[in-house]
Amino acid sequence: MFYRQAGDFKSSYREDLQTFALKQDRWAYYALLVVAFLVVPFIINDYWASAVLLPFLILAIAALGLNILTGYCGQVSLGTGGFMAVGAYACYKIMTSAPDLSIFFVVLLSGAVTALVGLIFGIPSLRIKGFYLAVATLAAQFFLVWLFNKVPWFYNYSASGQISAPERTMFGWAITGPNAEAPVRYLFCITIVVLLAWIARNLTRGRIGRSWMAIRDMDIAAEIIGVDPLKTKLLAFAVSSFYIGVSGALFFSVYLGAVEVGEVFGITLSFLILFMIIIGGLGSILGSFIGAGFLVLVPVLLKNVMVNGLGWPTDIAAHIEFVIVGGLIMGFLIVEPHGLAQLWRLAKEKLLLWPFPH
Amino acid sequence: MSPDFLNTIEVILNGLMAGVMYSLVALGFVLIFKASGIFNYAQGVMALFAAMTLVGFQTGQVPFSHLINAVFGTSIHSFGWTLPAVVAVLLTVVVMILFAILVERLVLKHLVNQEPIILFMATIGLAYFMEGMGDLMWGSEMKILDVGVPQGGSLWLEEFTAGWATEGSTYYGMYIDRLDIVATVVAIVLVISLTLFSQYTRTGRALRAVADDHQAALSVGISLRKIWVIVWAIAGIVAMVAGIMWGAKSGVQFSLSLIALKALPVLILGGFTSIPGAIIGGLIIGVGEKLFEYGVGPLIGGATENWFAYVLALIFLVFRPQGLFGDKIIERV
Amino acid sequence: MKGLKAAGIAMVAALTSTTAVADLVFPSLSYRTGPYAVNGIPYADGYEDYLTLVNERDGGIGGVKAKVLECETGYNTQKGVECYEATKGEGALVYQPLSTGITYQLIPKATADGIPVHSMGYGRTSAKNGKVFSHIFNYPVNYWDGASHAVNHILDVNGGDIAGKTIALVYHNSAYGKEPIRTLEELSKKHGYKFTPIAVDHPGQEQKSQWLQIRRERPDYVLMWGWGVMNQVAIQEAANIRFPMENFIGIWWSGSENDVLPAGIKANGYKALTFHGVGSDFPIFDDIKKYVVDAGKAAGAGDQVGTVLYNRGLYAALLAVEAAKVAQEIHGTKDINAAQMRDGMEALVIDNAKMEALGIPGFGPEFSVDCGNHGGPGLGAVQQWDAEAGTWSLISDFAPSDMDVIQPLIDEDSSAFATENKIEMKECA
Repeated sequence: MFYRQAGDFKSSYREDLQTFALKQDRWAYYALLVVAFLVVPFIINDYWASAVLLPFLILAIAALGLNILTGYCGQVSLGTGGFMAVGAYACYKIMTSAPDLSIFFVVLLSGAVTALVGLIFGIPSLRIKGFYLAVATLAAQFFLVWLFNKVPWFYNYSASGQISAPERTMFGWAITGPNAEAPVRYLFCITIVVLLAWIARNLTRGRIGRSWMAIRDMDIAAEIIGVDPLKTKLLAFAVSSFYIGVSGALFFSVYLGAVEVGEVFGITLSFLILFMIIIGGLGSILGSFIGAGFLVLVPVLLKNVMVNGLGWPTDIAAHIEFVIVGGLIMGFLIVEPHGLAQLWRLAKEKLLLWPFPH
Repeated sequence: MSPDFLNTIEVILNGLMAGVMYSLVALGFVLIFKASGIFNYAQGVMALFAAMTLVGFQTGQVPFSHLINAVFGTSIHSFGWTLPAVVAVLLTVVVMILFAILVERLVLKHLVNQEPIILFMATIGLAYFMEGMGDLMWGSEMKILDVGVPQGGSLWLEEFTAGWATEGSTYYGMYIDRLDIVATVVAIVLVISLTLFSQYTRTGRALRAVADDHQAALSVGISLRKIWVIVWAIAGIVAMVAGIMWGAKSGVQFSLSLIALKALPVLILGGFTSIPGAIIGGLIIGVGEKLFEYGVGPLIGGATENWFAYVLALIFLVFRPQGLFGDKIIERV
Repeated sequence: MKGLKAAGIAMVAALTSTTAVADLVFPSLSYRTGPYAVNGIPYADGYEDYLTLVNERDGGIGGVKAKVLECETGYNTQKGVECYEATKGEGALVYQPLSTGITYQLIPKATADGIPVHSMGYGRTSAKNGKVFSHIFNYPVNYWDGASHAVNHILDVNGGDIAGKTIALVYHNSAYGKEPIRTLEELSKKHGYKFTPIAVDHPGQEQKSQWLQIRRERPDYVLMWGWGVMNQVAIQEAANIRFPMENFIGIWWSGSENDVLPAGIKANGYKALTFHGVGSDFPIFDDIKKYVVDAGKAAGAGDQVGTVLYNRGLYAALLAVEAAKVAQEIHGTKDINAAQMRDGMEALVIDNAKMEALGIPGFGPEFSVDCGNHGGPGLGAVQQWDAEAGTWSLISDFAPSDMDVIQPLIDEDSSAFATENKIEMKECA
């Protein structure tokens, strides 16, 4: 009734193909951007930045990257943690060897380095498929973590073996280091997120994205109609690794500030990001955000309700948190097996027709 | 014989034994994958849950005692009995069967005919759920698992082999852990009984029919749901066995659920659909990673086993993309 | 989603507004779940029980009640950050995260926020240099002290000469596990022993290769830097290859009941380093029983009293309370803040008279903290496991470490940190 197509006329193909085809959707999107850029920075505090928004935004980038590879191109990867570590260590090395380079370019360069590494580990995908491919990426995961731990050059020979981000500024504001203010860190991340999400959306609906999806749906058929699997798959690996590398660089420099590779970028992180895109929705940009939101926000929310709200002992609350998160995942699946993004899509379709569905 | 040669033999033997331990975990994955096409992420947590339940029964722990105490302000912990290991094992088997029925009723029933990735995701949810539930029921303290499995190096073997080395060299005899020998025997018994079960019983044949072709099996009147319950129950029991073997070494604690990670390269190497594949894959991984650690590890700083297992699996996969024993992937347009 | 967030904002707002009470807040970043829950539970219980005791028996610290804010980290760095941000606004006086990873996170953050961090026997070793790390404390010992204690113990056993002996180190392949390598290498130059590091990959359930190597090479002594499941498996494997347990020495994080019990009687004689007393044979435990356990106020299940890690948690809380008392004295106010707490920690002196008065005679080493030295003199002892009785007992006095070797390493690492982060060295009187 309030949410409808009627009256929203399209007079060109361009308008017909836009991402938010409905006027209300467009307005909601612009409103969300306005809130994110102009309202949130003024009300954000350290807790909201460090505990909720930064991990959500940064992991959403990683989820976007993995979704490009797994959701759009159909190549299952469990090496996300390892590739994020590449981004983080690249970031650290660039930060310390070129102290005057703007942190923005450092982050992008870290993504580029990760893209190269991703290319190398993507080569087996030409021969190995499906769950079996996960092994190639798991090999990357374990090998990279082992490497960063073993070779002292990566952590500048420090006795502790940990890397910590020195202070770097942009336009006079500290982005990394302990003195970075919450709004600045938040704005830095959300700018990158919006930029990368915009690129991802346009990549995936263009020629490149269609060739990825052709490979995903049936690679032999795609090859016959002229999609080069070598180039397409490797491009997917490179783009995906770029996103994941950027995410890793931000995770280390802006969010955590100090990192020990095995503890932070271990296999659990790889699984967590895979869970995000499956729960959110494979092959959906929105799904990457919903999935990241679900797995970052729900535990924090549940913890706050149970421990701070109801005053339960922390251990019981933590156990119940697992039970509820697991129950929710299974529950959502039974209701809608194609992820939360699909649930959202269906809800919108129903709402379009509401209250007269026939 | 030179001690170096004997040491290499020892490393290979121990690698084989370690491989058997990996296979025990991998078996559970294969069973479920074969019968229902589900990659069961929760297998590791199932092993932990089974082991916790076993110890809980054995020591007479009150389930949910921590929660009960927190809610009602009581302080109950134990029923005050200790059960013999056999009884506790049987009770745990009953629990795992109940668990299989519940999983089928509450989750899988609703997800029949979905894509593999969705079923995989359901098991992720299940893993989270069980992780929390296991801790709620039995607490997350360390538990000591003792079902009378012997441990420690075999003295007899050491003495028997100590004289094999050339005169004058230092050699202390060959080392094999008795726990590993037991694990090997258990694995052999498991595989034989699973094979017999699937070859010679009616249910077993139904299992194989379902594994071959779901729809054809349905059309001849095999109940898919019943088969799923049976498979999950068997996988639960296999998980319990794996939990006992690994838990005997380290005590029962959260990390027990991480043994699933050691099973992944085995699975991939052996193929998701083959029981012999799980065993032989385990043996190859075990020997490969131990030999690499022995030969190359010291040169590059050690602790290579985790990643080398995957690299080894990768090398095999490049030549056989479906794993050693997996069903051949035939691609058609 | 927006609804969720709004609810969250409302909730956090409600929470922060209700806690404006004048309690002394001690956050406890504990882990009662996850891979290290086994060790996190007794520690958190001890920490909380001691503060409960102070409240119940003494009516608080100088009359002001202590309040424990427990926050579950699951030994996860991200959750640790969440916990830090959630609790720091509530007047947190000192953080003791019991995780090296989280400590490293907090070092820059807490320094910028002006809240002290006490990493007791873990964390960044070079934080001992108070000139660089103004808000970080790691008294009474650190890992490099530990490495030296172990070598000193071996020296004692061998009458001071260990030239030509071999010492192997089985370590968790992480930053934590690699901590002692540098010190042990330096010490091997000094004492002439042969040093072999042997890495175990996380989580450490499978250590067959490592122990086969030890069995082949027969090192005279094996040291261990392990944590979590790695400890239990290592002790079990050492017993399996019949390595003489009295020559097997773990760091203090590899020396709790949890680590030795799964190996049963075969773990008898295993040694571990420690920096505090063992068992519950101290007057303070009578008070704990009377005011905390019997009053039904014990944290957790209340069944951990007197275990190694419980005592460690208790000791950590005790040192925090003592520092708070010093801070109250220095600043002449009962209601201290984090900055004053830091001053208190920097002026902390623990001597035998004080321990006697607190009901823990001889429980820990005597030490004092000052502006330049945030780690104290680094005294530690050795404990040994008696599997028959199921108890640990101290077999040495609290003895110093080899500062000739360690101090240059600390200076080197802390000045590297200072240059990298452009920190001005503080002047100390």
